[in-house]
Amino acid sequence: MELPEDDRLYQAVAFATCRAFRQAETTLPPDVIRALRTAAGRESSAVARNELSNILENIALADRLALPICQDTGVPVIYLTVPPHVPYSGRLLLAVSEGVRIATREVPLRPNVVSPLKRENYGDNTGPGMPSVHVRPGDCFSITVLPKGAGAENMSRLAMLLPTEKEKIPGFIAETMLIAGGRPCPPVVLGVGIGGTFDGCAALAKEALLLPVDTMDPFEQKLCDAVNTLGIGPMGLGGETTALAVKVRTAACHTASLPVAVNVQCWAARRSTVEVEW
Amino acid sequence: MVNRTCLTTPLGDEVLSLQAGDQVMLSGIVYTARDEAHLRMMEEGIPFNPEGAAIYHCGPVIQGSRILAAGPTTSARMNSLTRFLLDRGIRALIGKGGMGNEVAGQLKGRGVYLACTGGCAVLAASKMSLKGVFFEELGMAEAIWIIELNSLPLVVGIDSHGNDLFADIAREANKQFHQGFT
Repeated sequence: MELPEDDRLYQAVAFATCRAFRQAETTLPPDVIRALRTAAGRESSAVARNELSNILENIALADRLALPICQDTGVPVIYLTVPPHVPYSGRLLLAVSEGVRIATREVPLRPNVVSPLKRENYGDNTGPGMPSVHVRPGDCFSITVLPKGAGAENMSRLAMLLPTEKEKIPGFIAETMLIAGGRPCPPVVLGVGIGGTFDGCAALAKEALLLPVDTMDPFEQKLCDAVNTLGIGPMGLGGETTALAVKVRTAACHTASLPVAVNVQCWAARRSTVEVEW
Repeated sequence: MVNRTCLTTPLGDEVLSLQAGDQVMLSGIVYTARDEAHLRMMEEGIPFNPEGAAIYHCGPVIQGSRILAAGPTTSARMNSLTRFLLDRGIRALIGKGGMGNEVAGQLKGRGVYLACTGGCAVLAASKMSLKGVFFEELGMAEAIWIIELNSLPLVVGIDSHGNDLFADIAREANKQFHQGFT
C-alpha cells in the first residue's frame, strides 16, 4: 500500500536519524582517527602512548563489532538541513524524535535523558526539549548527529568578555582546559564560538565541533598550541597532546560585547551525516 | 614491552606495594557504582562484601545478559561519597580523571585509585562478563552491576602512599598556565 506523502517523509526522517546514530556511535570520522594516530606518534611518555594505543584499539574493536565506541552514548544533538522543496513542519521534529527512540532500542544507546530536577529517566533519550534539534536551510536534505557525552560537555564554559579584551581569548580557552584537567577524556577537541549573543555563542561553539579536526587555520593552531603547553595529556596522565584541535566559528555581535564559548569534546568526537531518502 | 603487575580481587595488602604510574592488569569481580548507587549504599548499606572489593565508576550499556560497552565515568563526582566505602574495606577505586585530595588522603595505607582509559568502552567490555545486579531500579547507568574482569589494563593513578599522578600533572599544568597567561 502506498503511504501518504506525509507518512513517507516521517518514516524517511526517522530512519535517517537512526542510521546516522548507528554510524556516529560505532565509527569515528576519518579525520579524527588521523588526528589520534598523529598524536600517538608524537607522545614520548610510555603512559601517554599506552592510553592512545588503548583508544585506537577500542576504535577498531567498536567498528569491527558494530558497538558503541563509548558507553556514554551522549545526548542527541541533531542538525537538520532542509532544502526548499521539503515541507517543513513540527512533524519533521517528531520524526527526528522517533528516530532517536528507534536508535536507543536498536544501536542500542544508553538511556541518558532525565528530567533536570526530579532526575527521572524517560527511558528513550527523548523528553521536553530533547533531542536538541537545530534546523537550517540547505541544498541537501540531510541529518547530522553529534552525540554529546557528559564528561566533556560538563567542562564547557562561556565568558562575556569586554570588547577590549580580545587578547584574553587564548587564556580563557587554556583556563577552561586547566580546570577540566583529565575529566573530559583528553585529547579533546575544543569547539570555540566567538561573537553572536550569549546563547548563540554557545551554539557556535557546538557547531564548530562539526568541522574537520585534521586541519587548522593559523589562529586555531595558535590556540591549540597554547592549550598543549599545559601538558595535561591523554586522560590527564601527562603528555604532549591535550587537544587534538581547536576549531573556531564566529558571528557578528554587539559593539559592547565579546562573547566567547568553549564547548569541550572528548577524543570520541562522534558525528555523522546521513542523507534523507524519500 | 610494558611490565604489568597482575592483580585479582578480592584485594589485600599487595595493593600497598603499588606505585603511582605502575601499569596493572586486574581480574576478578568488580562492582560498578556511580552517584546514585553511592547515595543508596550510604542509606541502605553495601549489598556485597566490601572487604578487599573494587568499585568501578561506570554506567555500562547492557543488552540482556551482555555487557556491550563499559568504559569508566568521571571519578571526581564521587569525591565526597567515597570515604564510607574505604572505611568498610574497599581496596581499589577504578575510574577516569582522578579523584580529589581528600580521597588521596583516605587511600593512604589502605588502597589505590586505578585509572582506566576513558571512552574505551568496547575494549573494556571485551574483558568482562556480567554476573548480576543490585539496585536495578536505579536504571542501567546508575545500578550496581556485578562484573567479572579478565585482565583489564589499568594505570595506578593514586597509590597508598599519597602519590597522585593526576595531581602532579595538574600542578605542572597550573604552573604552565600562570607562566603563559597571567
